[in-house]
Amino acid sequence: MARLIPFKVAVVSTVLFVVCTNIVCCNNGRKVGDVLDTEFSGFSVPLEHSFEVDDVAKFRVRGALVLKAGREPSVSLSQNQLSEEDRAKLKEVAAVDGLYRIRVPRVFLQADRQTERQMEGYLTAFVRACAMVESHLSDVITLHSDVSGYLIGVSIVTIPGACRGTEVEDEVDLEVFNTTLSVMAPVNAPGPETALFLERMEQESEKKGKNPQEQKSFFAKYWYLILGGAIFLMATNSAQPPAGGGREQS
Amino acid sequence: MNLSNLYGAAPLSHKTKNKPVNFRLPPCLEEQAKAAAAMAKLILLCLKCIILYSTVEAVFEDQVGKFDWRQQYVGKVRFSHFDTHLQSSKKVLLATENNVFAALNSRTGELLWRHVDKTGPEGNIDALLQHGQDAVLVVGNGRLLRSWETNVGGLNWEVVLDSGSFQSACLVGQQDTVKHVAVLKKSVISLHYLSNGHQKWIENLPESETVDYQGVYSGGNGEVYALGVVPHSHIAVVGYSLEDGEIIKQISAEAPWLSNIQASCVMISQGMLTCVDSATVSLYMLDLHVQSQMTQIPLQSLGFEVAPGFQPVLVSTQPNPARQPLSEFFLQLGPEHYLLLQLNNGQIVTLRDLKPAMLVSFATTGEKTVAAVMSPKNKTASTVNLYSAESGRRLLDTTLIFTMDPNGGKPEKLYVQAFLKKDDSVGYRVMVQTEDQTLTFIQQPGRVMWTREEALSDVVTMEMVDLPLTGTQAELEGEFGKKADGLMSMVLKRLSSQLILLQAWIAHLWKLFYDARKPRSQVKNDVTIENLSRDEFNLQKMMVMVTASGKLFGIDSKTGSILWRHYLDNVPSNAAFKLMVQRTTAHFPHPPQCTLLIKDKDTGLATLHVFNPIFGKKSHVTPPALPHPILQSLMLPLMDQDYAKVLLLVDDQYKVSAFPSTKNVLQQLQELASSIFFYLVDSSQGRLSGYRLRTDLSTELIWEVVIPTEVQTIISVKGKRPNEHVHSQGRVMGDRSVLYKYLNPNLLAVVTESTDLHQERSFVGILLIDGVTGRIIHEAVQRKARGPVHVVHSENWVVYEYWSTKSRRNEFSVIELYEGMELYNSTVFSSLDRPHAPQVLQQSYIFPSSISTLEATLTEKGITSRHLLIGLPSGGILSLPKMFLDPRRPEIVSEQSREENLIPYAPELLIRTEWFINYNQTVSRVRGIYTAPSGLESTCLVVAYGLDIYQTRVYPSKQFDVLKDDYDYMLISSVLFALFFATMISKRLAEVKLLNRAWR
Repeated sequence: MARLIPFKVAVVSTVLFVVCTNIVCCNNGRKVGDVLDTEFSGFSVPLEHSFEVDDVAKFRVRGALVLKAGREPSVSLSQNQLSEEDRAKLKEVAAVDGLYRIRVPRVFLQADRQTERQMEGYLTAFVRACAMVESHLSDVITLHSDVSGYLIGVSIVTIPGACRGTEVEDEVDLEVFNTTLSVMAPVNAPGPETALFLERMEQESEKKGKNPQEQKSFFAKYWYLILGGAIFLMATNSAQPPAGGGREQS
Repeated sequence: MNLSNLYGAAPLSHKTKNKPVNFRLPPCLEEQAKAAAAMAKLILLCLKCIILYSTVEAVFEDQVGKFDWRQQYVGKVRFSHFDTHLQSSKKVLLATENNVFAALNSRTGELLWRHVDKTGPEGNIDALLQHGQDAVLVVGNGRLLRSWETNVGGLNWEVVLDSGSFQSACLVGQQDTVKHVAVLKKSVISLHYLSNGHQKWIENLPESETVDYQGVYSGGNGEVYALGVVPHSHIAVVGYSLEDGEIIKQISAEAPWLSNIQASCVMISQGMLTCVDSATVSLYMLDLHVQSQMTQIPLQSLGFEVAPGFQPVLVSTQPNPARQPLSEFFLQLGPEHYLLLQLNNGQIVTLRDLKPAMLVSFATTGEKTVAAVMSPKNKTASTVNLYSAESGRRLLDTTLIFTMDPNGGKPEKLYVQAFLKKDDSVGYRVMVQTEDQTLTFIQQPGRVMWTREEALSDVVTMEMVDLPLTGTQAELEGEFGKKADGLMSMVLKRLSSQLILLQAWIAHLWKLFYDARKPRSQVKNDVTIENLSRDEFNLQKMMVMVTASGKLFGIDSKTGSILWRHYLDNVPSNAAFKLMVQRTTAHFPHPPQCTLLIKDKDTGLATLHVFNPIFGKKSHVTPPALPHPILQSLMLPLMDQDYAKVLLLVDDQYKVSAFPSTKNVLQQLQELASSIFFYLVDSSQGRLSGYRLRTDLSTELIWEVVIPTEVQTIISVKGKRPNEHVHSQGRVMGDRSVLYKYLNPNLLAVVTESTDLHQERSFVGILLIDGVTGRIIHEAVQRKARGPVHVVHSENWVVYEYWSTKSRRNEFSVIELYEGMELYNSTVFSSLDRPHAPQVLQQSYIFPSSISTLEATLTEKGITSRHLLIGLPSGGILSLPKMFLDPRRPEIVSEQSREENLIPYAPELLIRTEWFINYNQTVSRVRGIYTAPSGLESTCLVVAYGLDIYQTRVYPSKQFDVLKDDYDYMLISSVLFALFFATMISKRLAEVKLLNRAWR
């Protein structure tokens, strides 16, 4: 047996070698980089932000979103710290109740090539700068994609979301972003649940079938009531003719 | 009409159907039987649910027409004929552009019968020919030929014609009897029997590739002529034998000036084709019996002059299709200039020069043909006169005065009903059609017998406005409204208002006394604009309706009578309308104010029409000029010092203008600018973008969502109604905890449809977006679904209806949003501060019918449970309790769900007949439903509009705040009195007894 294994390894490796050479033959015209890109299928797009005292947007890079395409797209974010200057500016903007905006370029997550991924235009969202400051830069960014994998929207909220006017004393709190990031694809809306309903009906009827009491027909069960009612009706009818034309009370 | 008795019977059928099956079927059939049995059970379960949970609501028989009314319309008239085969006939036949064929009673203007065909080109009425009791219609670009019996409106016969685009049709007679109808199409001509529609013959037209056949003519001599033209070359006329369709004659005549026969040619006299050409200013004549060249008669040689830039028009008449047309005809030389001419032995003789004349029309009764001519009299009236067609003499005592409504349009068409009086002179009535689609029927000397506002067949948008207070109520209101200026004057004011009240009361008493002496039938309570006032529960309102033709109406919601009308004559044909109430009637003495935004869909340019919704008068407030295309308009809850809400208009430069734009408003806007957000939707690019107002009234882009148009297109964006109230913040669950609703007033429901329409890949997308922050709250796709999608968005739910391509059925889906077990911020809702996404629940149901429109009921305080009002294509309006569309309906019934009164889930929504709020009052082609709250919390006012208008009230939770009509006041008061006296007597007796005991 011990000898057999190396033999097997040899066979497997030769087979593999043959296959590999075949692949190489097939791939003659391809660039190596492309293959790598699809296999890892991660690509990065810039996440930009803007906060200005006069509220005229000037977007600068905040970090890089690394998107992984596929059936379940995932995303990760690497972002820089806020510089001293930016921190001061953010606090200033918060003081005048300005906006903190972010934007990401429109991308197509399912495409194979880099050139097909990027589309014209950006998706923008905003949050009040004071909320950003008061939450110590802890924000939740959600990227929304549509059915076919296009990014259609981005949203940002801070937790907590309110502006209470509390001073942020410590500059260190405004240094590092504490970001929760996710990609949301549309959920499938449910259709009418006929199958389950029918199954339940079936079960119910089975349950009833086990109970012999339920097997009896309506007349078999309530014959005495019906008979009594009929006699009563006959008795009342013969006693007095019905008052015709009387107005029905509601 | 109350069907509550039905429920007693329902369980009975349930039990009887549950018998076990004792025989075996083949496997496949058994499968089917199983499915059928399961389906039956499903239905039964639904029935059970209904019995257990639903409330009963329907109209009692004696309530029919008490709270509701319906008005039926036909639309803009295309063809009209008076039924003339009987002297005493009272019928007008109308074929309209809305594909409706109807008969009116000419005495009252009421509909005798009406047939509503398919919408669109399929049901388009191409021609209407009338002969005796039969009316022959060509429908759907020559697809169908139909004959109707005009007395009762029954269908005599219908035949499907060969394909080919319809050109013309005429009745064909021979020897004074009319037995055939000829239909001319692009390349064939066919002859059909009038009695049964069977085709007598069909012939291909010669050279139909080059010759454009446009007209068909028969002069009653056994020949049928197809008139064709090769544009700018020659006329080609083909004569067929009536008997076998054999070509008898083929005429070709040079006519390089002619391009359209129907516009410029008529037949007069004995087969004389007469055309008029504006370029050469001449008449051309061609005798079809004597093949020859066209003879040119320059109009100048006859001494006529055509108004510059005017295309002359010929009008002729053929009173009987079995005879030749008359030799008299009209020639229109200018907008208000007509000539009555006669062809006499090849010579044209002027019988009458009619100037000014707006409209002319021929009419025939018996052997006499007359010409009715409408000429302007002064600014508000015009006169109609009759002239003898043979001599051109004016007939004595035939003047009729037509008073034009200053708020209406100009007369457009004149239809004349002539009849012979006892002394053999000609009498007549006219029906005038004006630009605003009004039909007015007038009798001599100018008595309006009826008017029909056919513009109401195409209502685009509407609002309901509260009626103003009565004079006395207003006086009291005014007292509180004014600023106090000293004790003495206040006392005086109070005294004076009390005096006025006293005066009004005495007047009221006097009126009661006066009316009491009169017999009942004479006392009329006509609603006029003068005595309009709000009723106790604000159930009577003013319906302001905007129609596609640009005519505005004010209709009393209680009776349906039109109180005012106003025609806007500068409305473009493709206009979009938005009606807004800027000031309600609550701000006495300021008049209520409505603003109508009229936008040209192509250019985007808009105008504003500001008016008083109670009286319809144009307001003296001058609306701002809008030089730029308008992208968006929004009403702010802000008010200026005169209590008018501020309307913001965003133009294509993203600049905002305010109306009214007083200093006060601008100041308020500056203060609040940072909290005014709005959104724009560009469905062609799939772009939704949010903007914020700046203090200088410019805007800044703050968010953007782009839905790629390659995948899906935005169909509709629905926000919530601003006047909606939600009474309860949450729902109490079975375990007594509270599930709080997510009540975001800024939430938008965006509906998209996939561009790929393949049934496997098509989908409908629903996005819930916050309109302020652009945050996508929820995104769902309904796979294998297609539009048309109808959406209602209210409170914390969105209901939409779509077509499921997989199961081939209509389905409803409901999305409800909840915050969870605790509220984030219970005092105020701010879109900027709601970091947690709501919980989303969704459920779908099968609906057994397609729907035309969808709306939700609305009440004053939102306490009453909601119903969905569904307009069905069948003409019914269904009131479906929202309770059935609740995503929390449990699959498995538990103690808790029972506690909460949740109906167990059943995949099918049933249509129950008592849910139809319009019982048998079918509303044809319902396009929209408008709901408005009344002063009673239980009551919601509903108006459904389409071809018809139907108004009613609905009580979604029954009339919990109203005593019933037949409430027994007598019984309750007699019981009370009896009890009272019984206590008195027994008290007395007890006293006596006590006294007696004390003495003992």
